[in-house]
Amino acid sequence: MVDEDEPPRPEDESARLEDESPPEEDESLSEEEGPLQRRRETQRKKAKTRTRRNALANVLGFLGEILITAGVFVALFLVWQLWWTDIEGNAEQERIVAELAWEEPPVAVSAMGEALDKPVLQPAIGDPPVEPEPELRETFAVMYIPRFGPDYIRPISEGTDRPTVLDPLGIGHYVDTAMPGELGNFSVAGHRTTYGKPFNQIADLQVGDALIVRTDMVWYVYQVTEYLIVDPHQMEVIAPVPGHEGRSADGFYITLTSCHPMFSAAERYIVHGELAYWGLVGMGVPAELLEQPEEVP
Amino acid sequence: MYGWLWRHLPGPTWVRVIIALILLAAITAALFVWVFPEISPYMPFNETTVG
Repeated sequence: MVDEDEPPRPEDESARLEDESPPEEDESLSEEEGPLQRRRETQRKKAKTRTRRNALANVLGFLGEILITAGVFVALFLVWQLWWTDIEGNAEQERIVAELAWEEPPVAVSAMGEALDKPVLQPAIGDPPVEPEPELRETFAVMYIPRFGPDYIRPISEGTDRPTVLDPLGIGHYVDTAMPGELGNFSVAGHRTTYGKPFNQIADLQVGDALIVRTDMVWYVYQVTEYLIVDPHQMEVIAPVPGHEGRSADGFYITLTSCHPMFSAAERYIVHGELAYWGLVGMGVPAELLEQPEEVP
Repeated sequence: MYGWLWRHLPGPTWVRVIIALILLAAITAALFVWVFPEISPYMPFNETTVG
């Protein structure tokens, strides 16, 4: 096979040979063989180099494509994790709350459909009713956190398994910790990033902020008492008396756990609170839900 | 790999472009629905629980 760009004249060829072949080989060839043989020999050598070069180019090209594909795969995974899981999670958690179809608290509404003045819940007297322990994955309560915005409402489901509860359902209740209304520490976990990130703004919570848990019939209004950052194995934060492993329950506590720092599993962000008061849903709406908390710089 | 794929797609260029885009969308959807949810539990972030 002769290349199209093969130069027809010998003087051109010799110039090319000087460029591409080692000079000492050139010398020996010119002494022992005629110009035609020399030319064939060069062509054969050139073809060999070309096949070798082509094979190398193919391998490198394939490797390059694999690397580009891997890069696109990782980028797509990040898009999915950081963006798509939030979209799915928010939609799903909103649907769960809507599907509960619990009785609306009494609201005074004008003819225009505007809420005039909602009856403010008066703290009830006596011990709060105990919410019965639900089945795993069952949604038994919703959480309102005014600090996270006036529209913040998230379902609370039983269990803290990631693939079956925290990822698809939002906030999860630690099995074997107290239920709302039960003496002890009502402990819940939630994502701070991704999957709808129910606890995204957990670090904004201030001491005194309201954490409002609503079950079918009862409002439980907690107040934040402290926040801290702990190691992942520090189980005492969900002990019946927060921070004191082994002590028996002496109050109605709530504990929120989430990851810290964001996008890391190195530590946990913990918020503790205590029950301020409770009331029946039919009696009104907690005052904390009717006004936005003051901005904290 | 992609060159081989391109050469084996039928039809004129615009048809190949459309088929390639559909393939890309299908692969992305499969990743989003099945592959990524399988991988994510092994990722070293997003742990929110103690214990």
